[in-house]
Order: sequence, then structure tokens, then C-alpha cells
Amino acid sequence: MIKEYTTTVEISGPLMMVDRVEGVSYEELVEIELRGGEIRHGKVLEVDGDMALVQLFEGSSGTDVVETKVRFLGKGVELGVSEEMMGRVFDGQGRPRPPFDTDPPIIPEKMMDINGAPINPYARDYPAEFIQTGLSSIDGINTLVRGQKLPVFSGSGLPHSRVASQIARQARVLGEGESFAVVFAAMGITFEEADYFISDFRRTGAMDRAVVFLNLADDPAIERISTPRMALTAAEYLAYERDMHILVILTDMTNYCDALREVSAARREVPGRRGYPGYLYTDLSTVYERAGRIKNRKGSITQIPVLSMPEDDKTHPIPDLTGYITEGQLILNRELHNKGVYPPMDVMESLSRLKDKGIGEGKTREDHADLFNQLMAAYASGKQARELAVILGTAALSDMDKQYLEFADEYEARYISQGENEDRGIEETLDLGWELLKMLPREEMKRISPERLDRYWPKEEAEEDREETETEGEEPEKDGSEEASED
Amino acid sequence: MIEGKIEKIAGPLVVAAGMSKARMYDVAFVSDDRLIGEIIELKEDRASIQVYEETGGLKPGDPVYGTGEPLSVELGPGLLKAIYDGIQRPLDRVRDQVGDWITRGINIPGLDHEKRWEFTPSLAEGTEVGGGEILGTVPETELIEHKVMVPPDVSGEVTWVVEKGSYTIDETVARVRTEDRGEVELQMYHRWPVRKSRPIREKQAPDQPLSTGQRVIDTFFPVGKGGTACVPGPFGSGKTVIQHQLAKWADAEIVVYVGCGERGNEMTDVLQEFPELEDPKSGKPLILRTVLVANTSNMPVAAREASVYTGITIGEYFRDMGYSVALMADSTSRWAEAMREMSGRLEEMPGEEGYPAYLGTRIAEFYERAGKVLCVGEENRPGALSVVGAVSPPGGDLSDPVVQATLRVVKVFWSLQAELAYQRHFPAIGWLGSYSLYLDNLEDYYREEMGREWIDMRDRAMALLQEESNLQEIARLVGAESLSPEDQLILYTARSIREDYLHQNAFHEVDTYTSMEKQQAMLSVIMSTHEKMSEALKREVLPGTLFELPVREEISRMKYTSEEEVEKVENLKDKVSEQIRNVIEKAEAQRKGVAG
Ligand SMILES: Nc1ncnc2c1ncn2[C@@H]1O[C@H](COP(=O)(O)OP(=O)(O)O)[C@@H](O)[C@H]1O
Ligand SMILES: [Mg+2]
Repeated sequence: MIKEYTTTVEISGPLMMVDRVEGVSYEELVEIELRGGEIRHGKVLEVDGDMALVQLFEGSSGTDVVETKVRFLGKGVELGVSEEMMGRVFDGQGRPRPPFDTDPPIIPEKMMDINGAPINPYARDYPAEFIQTGLSSIDGINTLVRGQKLPVFSGSGLPHSRVASQIARQARVLGEGESFAVVFAAMGITFEEADYFISDFRRTGAMDRAVVFLNLADDPAIERISTPRMALTAAEYLAYERDMHILVILTDMTNYCDALREVSAARREVPGRRGYPGYLYTDLSTVYERAGRIKNRKGSITQIPVLSMPEDDKTHPIPDLTGYITEGQLILNRELHNKGVYPPMDVMESLSRLKDKGIGEGKTREDHADLFNQLMAAYASGKQARELAVILGTAALSDMDKQYLEFADEYEARYISQGENEDRGIEETLDLGWELLKMLPREEMKRISPERLDRYWPKEEAEEDREETETEGEEPEKDGSEEASED
Repeated sequence: MIEGKIEKIAGPLVVAAGMSKARMYDVAFVSDDRLIGEIIELKEDRASIQVYEETGGLKPGDPVYGTGEPLSVELGPGLLKAIYDGIQRPLDRVRDQVGDWITRGINIPGLDHEKRWEFTPSLAEGTEVGGGEILGTVPETELIEHKVMVPPDVSGEVTWVVEKGSYTIDETVARVRTEDRGEVELQMYHRWPVRKSRPIREKQAPDQPLSTGQRVIDTFFPVGKGGTACVPGPFGSGKTVIQHQLAKWADAEIVVYVGCGERGNEMTDVLQEFPELEDPKSGKPLILRTVLVANTSNMPVAAREASVYTGITIGEYFRDMGYSVALMADSTSRWAEAMREMSGRLEEMPGEEGYPAYLGTRIAEFYERAGKVLCVGEENRPGALSVVGAVSPPGGDLSDPVVQATLRVVKVFWSLQAELAYQRHFPAIGWLGSYSLYLDNLEDYYREEMGREWIDMRDRAMALLQEESNLQEIARLVGAESLSPEDQLILYTARSIREDYLHQNAFHEVDTYTSMEKQQAMLSVIMSTHEKMSEALKREVLPGTLFELPVREEISRMKYTSEEEVEKVENLKDKVSEQIRNVIEKAEAQRKGVAG
């Protein structure tokens, strides 16, 4: 028997205090009936004796202390799951979301607690299978592996949505026909952005293998706290009970964190940095750590959370704490974006912590690690030369610096840059790396083992190249203008 | 048993009434699911309990049972190779019992009580014993002999000892007639409260380095055996890789690795790698000397707070056997944050950044449990417990209260530089900002083991790195070519020290570990090159010709020379001399040619 209370004593922000309750449990799901019959939901944040503090997912506007009816449902927040979720679009609480989805609700096969439970570290299997995203800046440099959590750090106006949807579209594991199924959760993004993803999924047929949860910018903010958990619960069902490989995209985590901050402020908790609660790290980890692989289970969950860094500041608590939990980060760079580079990937500051076990012989190619190291070193030298040129002028650069500078330009223009629908194979990415390195003297390849260098760039070839450039170099001198004027 | 009732639930904190008989830090079981918790505040008859498991579903009125016992761990054979959560629940057996996800109300003891161990007694009946005395031994792993000790709080006359044979840890192996407690039966294990440090006879200053195989650490910023070190840095700067490297290669006999509030996959990494990797000394798998404590970020936050204590108590226990133990805690910031979270829920007065006022005291108490000691027990065994803590300050900002409180107590600071990490210079330990306060204490050791030259060479190398940073500023303004030849050489050698020596790839089969012998060989090649070159400069050789010697290539690859071929590194010195001699001769011939 569910009891109904009209004993609300205080409403403040997204919180409601209900008095004289009995048998209410922590984290219990709550149903609230407004004066006009509208039904809303919430959950118990704290119980103290006969007083319950309820967090309202849809906000408190329209609630009142006299007539609002409160019912405690005797269970936690749950999501009904089944394979029918595929191809459907839900709201932040798991109901079909018009106008994207006007079909009747799914018939759940079972109900699952959206908070999940921590994976036993002993049960985890180390992610080591290479995922080809078709983007050189990821596959070649910041390689993604199955079961990894690799966020995109972006900023307002940068093309993170395009990058994320290109990854979702192209991601696959080599040698396996089937592609990923995508679980997509939107928190507080605009209708337009959401529509971009969904149309893109529909256009490419990816929608048949996608489950979408939407909480848009004008949807209730507090609901954003449960939206990613809904999505991950769906992902866990599909991955671990239906053996699928799931790619979860969560965007934008900054809006999620702002919702947490709102609740924390309403509870008058001691605020941490920039007003975010002190437990933000722990809270985020209960979202991000739901990615992974589990021994003896076929399915997997790979996560790409997207977040916009306020003022492009990487030390802002949201990117900072995210970076402390995730296995690396892909950072989009405004300068590159303004130069017209797509994807504007800052490969130097980006990092995939799990790449080492996902690349090399039998995974990508045996030269991958050396090639990666050399490309990074060369690009770093090129960028340094570029800085120097800004201070001292290009004329002050040594010949070597100039070559590196040229390399860096080409690297950005041809390796990092690529088309939004261009799906590069890993071989193509690696070969492109070699091609670009050959702009530099062979002696500079210090990060590549001599045997490998011989294999991919034989000495003779280098000598031929040199001869060519030398003859090329001589020509302009012959009829150079200075000499001509001397004559 | 004390029985109370829940009044309030707020996150991991539960307040129960009717608990007037409970004591601070006693363990309590919460609700009929028997969730494990610890009493952290008492007010009248109300106890605030931090619960080590998820509290969803608890309600006021649910029962709470006080156990009257503080949070303790089981210490005995079976610790090695184990992986525990923050309150010593064995995660492998948890998985056997409840599957891949950690559910609530699991209550499995830390040690296997069914397994039989080969026990060899080493005390005769009639002997007077005190705490710490060795009762007998058990070959726990192929690498480690477990010494079964009289618990620290027991002393008296041994009245009976079991015969050599195989026993479970529950079977009595000896009886001791004590003054205060009558005849006490001793088993191969005993319990110890985690928040209480185990007694020692005497603390001494560390006088031997903990060799780690990491060049920048061993050469410039060593930690003493029994010493303390911290490694703060922003994410991605290499804290975890350094901790893993230490766990792999440090010449400790026992390693306790505490993954405190960090990534699940990092523990999996250790679990998968350590059985495969060989200890460089014994050639045996590293896992045989390792105990893992894993309370990852998504596991309950209160158990994270306990995890560092669980780890260090296990560390002390092996130290008491006379072993040299090294404990890594990654990351102590997560422990401090767990403290902050509980303090916030208790509505304590917040200090800096919301941390409780006692943050500094707790951190100091924790590192105080490290040390080079004489253990309790008759034999005056020496033992050591070294502690290395990672610190993860927000945004890498070192003014963070946890960093500051840690720096006040630890003696070694490895300063990780984000800048170096971006340039993929690893380990990203800044050579100018880091320090080790053990260098003086260790001087005698180095002089005896490696010779006076080592100390001189190391100091000269460091001096060059310092000069480099001054010169770089000038070079940036006027261009490196305008510097004097001597200064150009300083830049050249400093670069060689950085790239050919300090840079060390943890993932390279050979480069991952460098013995002291090879470190000495490598550094002496670089420094003798420097000397030869500076002599050459005096003979008016152009610096440019020196900096492009063919041997340069081999110097840059000496880190990849295997330990068995160290003499190949040594031999480079001759090659260098020869090539420089050639350059000098050529230069002189040229000059003569020009003159003639
Ligand atoms: N000694 C090293 N050798 C090679 N790579 C390293 C080394 N140290 C760190 N790295 C690289 O840096 C990444 C981040 O290091 P990690 O220790 O996880 O950082 P943190 O714990 O400080 O966040 C690693 O995944 C690895 O790619
Ligand atoms: Mg780390």
C-alpha cells in the first residue's frame, strides 16, 4: 500500500521537504502530484527521522506546500530495458520523446536500477582492442581502444558534435564485420544540436543500432543528473546481457555538472572550487567508470563523454576532474579551428592512456609506436620553430628549423585535417605518417629503431630523395635574381 | 552486541540512536543487510557511522549493530598475491561469490581460513617470549617466507608448540602463559586495528637508498629505505606510471600497492602484468611479493578513506618480520577528499578548500608510520617501510592544501611538470624543482658502494642542468650561435643528460629498468664526453664539429643496451675519446695547412 502525503513543509529550488513520513528509504523514487493533476518525479536525497528531503527532477515550479501530494514508491529510480530500445528516442527519464519518437512506450523485459553497481576491479579485462575511428588524429596518435573512456574536451563554437558523430558513424573494430551500437545521451544541449545527431544517425542508417536519451536545453535541469545513468543502464543491458559492443556518447557533461551544482547549492552544502560540490569527483567517477570490458563477457562499453570547457580552461573543475578519471582526453583547439583545420585536434595536449596496449603488431602495425613517437617529436620541434619564428622572424631560423616548420604545417593540413565523411583506414593513416616524415632528413628519425627505419624508409630511397632536392635546390641559384643583377 | 536504530541517512553517513555504549571507531553493521560501517562521531546516544557500502534503500528505524571492535585487518599467511578492497575484502573471492559487480552486504574475511600452510615452528617450549617474537615460518610464496610472530600485545612463557606440519590459520600453533590474560592460544594470524600503528623498538634514519631502476630518481632524487616521498602533478603527468614503475622495480622485498579512488583499469593492469613480470633480482614473478588494495573511484567513498590505513597496516606487518617494504598510495588526494566528504556530512567546521581542520594531522600521522626501524622481538631485526604517495591537486596547482600538508612531512618531492609531459619527456620529473632530503644521509652509502666519483659526477651533472636553464634564457634572446663555445657545450651536454639519460621510457622492455651499475656507466659516458669536449674547445676546435660526432648516435641508444652488456656502454668512452682526438687532429692539420 503506497501512502500519500500532503505534509510538504518547505520547497526551495529543486528540493522539497516532506514532514511526518514513515518507512521512507534513502534514494527512493518519489511521485509528486501537483494541484492540477500533473505528475512529476523525484528521489529521496536524505531522510532524517520523519523528515524526507526530495530532489525534484522536473523542478519545483507549480508545486505548493498545501495541496501537492507526495507518494514514495518503495523502489529506487529504474529503467525498463529490452532490445526494443534500439532505434528509439527517449527523454531524460526514459519515456518516448516527441517529436523525435511518437511510438508507444516499450514493453520492458526487466527493470534495472539506474545507479548500477561498481565493477569489481578483479573482474575487469584490460582494454586492448584497437578501434578504428577513421580519424588519423585519433587512430594514429591518440588511439582509442574497446572499453576505454576517452572524453572530448571542447569549447563553445567548436565542432565537437561533428567530431563525436563522425566517431559514432565510423568506429569499428578491424576484422569484425559488425559495428558498434550507439547509446547517445544529450544533457542540456539545444534542439538543433540534438537534431543534428539524430538526423545524422537516420541518414546513415546508424539509428537502427542506436538508443537515444534526450534532455534538451529547455528540459528540466535536474533531470540531467539521471539522464547519463539511464543511458549507461541501457548500455550495460545491451553490452552484458545482449553481448553487444556499445559506444556511449554523453554530451554535454558540463550541463550535467551544473545540475549537480544547483542541487548542492540548494542543500547549502559547503561549496568546493567554483561552487561545485566537493564530491564532484566521486560523482563523475560513478558515471565514467561504467565503461569497460569484463572478463568472459562478450560485450563492452566504450565511452566518449563530451564537455565544453568554460573559457577554454582545462584547469576548470569539470575538465580537470574528468581528466583525472578518464583514460586520456581528446582536446579540440580553437586556434586550429580558426585556421580551418577539421577536426581541430590538439594532438600534443590530447592523450590516450590505453593506446600502448592497443597498437602494434597484430593490432595496427608493428611500426605504429615508433612512428607515433617520431611524429610527436617532429611536430613538437615544428611547433617550437613556429614560436621562434614569431619572436625572431622566419629569417632567424636555421635550415633544420625551417624544415620542421614546414613539416608542422603539412602535418596539420594533411594528417590532422580530413573530411567530415572521410574514413581513413589505419594503413592509410600510418602510410601518411611516413610520407610526411620523409619531408625531414632521414638522420632525424631518432625515435625509430634502425631496423624499422630500414624497412619503411630504405637508405637508398633517402639518398635518391636527397639528390632530387639538391638538384632542385641548385636551379634557382643559377638564375637567381641577385646573381643576375651582378651581371 | 549493542543494538541501535537508524535515524538519518545522508549519502554514506548514517546516524543511529541508542548507541550510548558504542566506542569511537568501532565497526557497526547497518540494517539487516549488515552493511559494514565505522563509528566516526558520538553525540549523547547518537552515533554517526560512515558506511563502506552503498546506502540506498536504508530507512529510519532499520537496526544497527555495534560490534565493539575497531576496524581491523587479518594479518597472516595469504596476504601476498591478494587483491583487497579498502576494508580488506578479497576481491577475487567477492567475485566468486557475487559476480562481476560489487553488491552490498558482502562479508568475506581477508584471509583464506580453509587453506593449509606448511608451518615450521622455531621456538621451543619454555621460552620466554614477547610481542614480535618469531613463532615459526611458512613458505608463503616461492619468494617470501612468512614469519609468524607473537602478536605485539602478547608476552609470557611458551607452554606448547605445535609440530611442524600443515595447518589452517585457525588452528592453534602455540600457547603462551601470560600474566594478564592467562594462557593465550596463538594462531598463524592475528587481527590488528588499522588506525593504530604497530609498535616498534626504535626508529632510525634511513641510510640506504631504495633503488628504483628509474634514473632520474636514483641518480638525483633518491628516497631512503624507510623514507617518504610524494609525487604531485596534474592528470596525465605520469604519477601512476611512476608508482607502477616503483612497484615493479624498487628493490623492496614486499610491495603494497594501494589504488585509492583511482581508475579500475589501472588495477587490472597491475593484476595482469605482475604475474608476468620478473623481479630483476630473483627472476621470480613480481606478484609473489605484492599485496594490492584497490578501492577505485566508483567504489564506496568511505572504504576509500579506510584503504590507505588497510594498506599501511599490512605494510607494517611485513616490516615487523624484518623485511624492507615499499608502499605506494595512488592517490592520497582521493583519500583526503573522502575525509572531506565525511567531514562535510558531519557538518564539521570546514578549513581550507573545505578540508577538515585535522587534514594536516592525518597526513602527518600516515607518513609517520613509515620508517627504518628495529622491530619488536628479541632478535633486533631491522625492517623498513618506505611510503610514496601520489597527490592529485586540482589543475596541478601546488598550493592545494593536500600538497602543502604532504610537503611538510615527506622528505622527497618529485615535481611533475605538465610542460615536460606534453613534450613526452617522461618521467616528467622536473630536475630543477624536485628535491631529496636524503642525499646527505645516503652519502656514506654512495661513497662505499659507488665511489666518491659518483657523487662528484652527479653533482656536476646537476650543476650543468642548472646552468642550462640560465643559458636558455639568454639563448632565446640572442640565439644559441652567439653564445661562447663553452656555453654552447654546456647546452649540448645538458641536452644529452636530459634526452639520453633522464628521459626513460617505462614501456620499453630494456629502458624500463636501469641498474645502478648501468646508471653509473651511462652518466660517466656523458660526463666524460663533456670533459673531453671542453678540453678540445681549449685547443680551439669549433664546437659545431664536436657536436656531430658519429658516436652521438650510440650515446643516444645506450639506454637500450641490456643489463648484461653494460661494458658496451663503458666502451663508448673510448670511442668518444678517439673520435674527439680525430677532430682535434683534423682541426690542427687544417690550421697548419692554412698557416703553411
Ligand atoms: N615513464 C614513462 N614512459 C612512457 N610514457 C609515460 C611515462 N610516464 C607517463 N607516461 C605517459 O603518460 C600517460 C599518463 O601517465 P599517468 O601516470 O597515468 O598520469 P597521471 O597518473 O599523473 O594522471 C601514460 O598513459 C603514458 O602514456
Ligand atoms: Mg594516475
